[in-house]
Amino acid sequence: MTRIDNKPSGAGNAVTVRGLVKHYGETKALDGVDLDVREGTVMGVLGPNGAGKTTLVRILSTLLAPDAGQATVAGYDVVRQPRQLRRVIGLTGQYASVDEKLPGWENLYMIGRLLDLSRKDARARADELLERFSLTEAARRPASTYSGGMRRRLDLAASMIGRPAVLYLDEPTTGLDPRTRNEVWDEVKQMVGDGVTVLLTTQYMEEAEQLASELTVVDRGKVIANGGIEELKAKVGGRTLRVRPADPLELRPLASMLDDLGITGLASTTVDTETGSLVVPILSDEQLTAVVGAVTARGITIASITTELPSLDEVFLSLTGHRASAPQDARPTDAREEIAV
Amino acid sequence: MSATTATATAGATAADVRIPLRGHLRHTGALIRRNLLWIKQDPESMFDALLMPVVFTLLFVYVFGGSIGQALGGGQDGYVQYVIPGMIAMMSMTLSQGVGTGFSQDFNSGVMDRFRSLPIGRGSVLFAKITVELVRMLFATTVLMIVAVLVGFDIHRWGGLFAAVGLSAVFASSIMWVFLTLGVILKNAQSVQAMGFLVLFPLQFGSSIFAPTKSMPGWLQAFTDYNPLSTLADASRGLMIGGPVAHDLWVTLGWSVAITAVMAPVAVHKFRTKT
Repeated sequence: MTRIDNKPSGAGNAVTVRGLVKHYGETKALDGVDLDVREGTVMGVLGPNGAGKTTLVRILSTLLAPDAGQATVAGYDVVRQPRQLRRVIGLTGQYASVDEKLPGWENLYMIGRLLDLSRKDARARADELLERFSLTEAARRPASTYSGGMRRRLDLAASMIGRPAVLYLDEPTTGLDPRTRNEVWDEVKQMVGDGVTVLLTTQYMEEAEQLASELTVVDRGKVIANGGIEELKAKVGGRTLRVRPADPLELRPLASMLDDLGITGLASTTVDTETGSLVVPILSDEQLTAVVGAVTARGITIASITTELPSLDEVFLSLTGHRASAPQDARPTDAREEIAV
Repeated sequence: MSATTATATAGATAADVRIPLRGHLRHTGALIRRNLLWIKQDPESMFDALLMPVVFTLLFVYVFGGSIGQALGGGQDGYVQYVIPGMIAMMSMTLSQGVGTGFSQDFNSGVMDRFRSLPIGRGSVLFAKITVELVRMLFATTVLMIVAVLVGFDIHRWGGLFAAVGLSAVFASSIMWVFLTLGVILKNAQSVQAMGFLVLFPLQFGSSIFAPTKSMPGWLQAFTDYNPLSTLADASRGLMIGGPVAHDLWVTLGWSVAITAVMAPVAVHKFRTKT
């Protein structure tokens, strides 16, 4: 495990996890996980299917008992103080859901009552949250008639009823189309603005980049890296230089020229035909200077030239040795994934 | 969230809180409301409770009633008096399956995870399901009694009728713990229904509900005599029509207590530990 940023545990942490273990027979769903989520931050837990993300959330929401290790949420122990813990958390997930047969309003009212709000307060809170998540017009319709995005919004509203200190978002946009996904992200960003601490699990780099300030990368039940997103990217090292010549016909000659140049340690260049640019992995400032020098010396018109930090997908690949994206998932791919790494 | 830091230190040493009785009642009430709203949203879910009493009464009275009645010595009219008290017992058994299938659906839809992550007693979810199922059962029994009167059943003892319905409800709520357990451990509602059918069908027909056990072979009689559905049906008959009641009543109550004592903890345990 690579610890980049050693945060003090205890005070200031909304979630503290130490040596958490959960085995299912031979399968090690969690194999000694440590995790700290500071108050008011969004911690992204990133990993492929089967990495143990959902098991972690289920333990932290008292749905599952750990085999070993400790976890506290807002100071409450998951094993010894489950009832108090349940009062301070909100759960939205792939699995935890709303009652589809019930209208949106009834779902929220019911949860309000289950959280010991008075009838009057439960009614007011249901109205308020429906308004807040733009569901007022659909309030009296059964949730089964809602679109995917509306259902997730209702799910988010349901998890906010008890004004939780810590909110778990377990793969909140899995199975949503890109437009709806952006909608959910906007809602989450607003909730974070309100000061709630969020533990977000996701298999999408883009989602973690959008929402999380810190990241824990898990694979096969183990934490393989953690730290700030930018730090993680920097740690994996390397930037990517993109050069887009005004004339796309210049692309291939430019690529072979750079390969023939023999700049020390420079990996081979790739041509990204979709964006019409040349992609050059850069390991040092000297390399960058040499490449840019060579390109300008050629005297062609350049439409754009940019350097990028590696995408989280690339980060994951270099940390685990395999790709993070689940193959069975039909998700619109990021343009950057087209480039061979 | 500055409040979290305060609770963080306070929570570290404190033991877990208990839920007060009022809390349990509030939670159970909210969940009963939810289950009743299901019926309102989906009135078709009441079809079984509405049609089963009608179909079964007509079927048994007019298809088998003549010949069984003849053997009983009272003809079809005599059979009506015989079979209706038993039907109350049968109906309550068949409907009690609903708790299992409903529970299974809740687990598969994910709404159960929501409930289990809320600070409520696990029992509230179970009790609410049972309460609503008893309401459905009461509705079905009312329909049954209307049909029964239409086909010629004489209610001479109202007190006995209510006592018989009450006894069926008591026994059914004990059986519901079995179905709740099945609802928790089986994969889906279809499996619960199939398993329920396998359990209930022999119990219902291998009993004195539809025909007296005297003509059955000895080995079957041994089974039917210990079958709680026989004693439930016989007790109901005694209560509604007259005749000896005490023995059947006590045996039925004994079964109810025994089944509840064993199955309620099993259901709650399976529910708690379900992953």
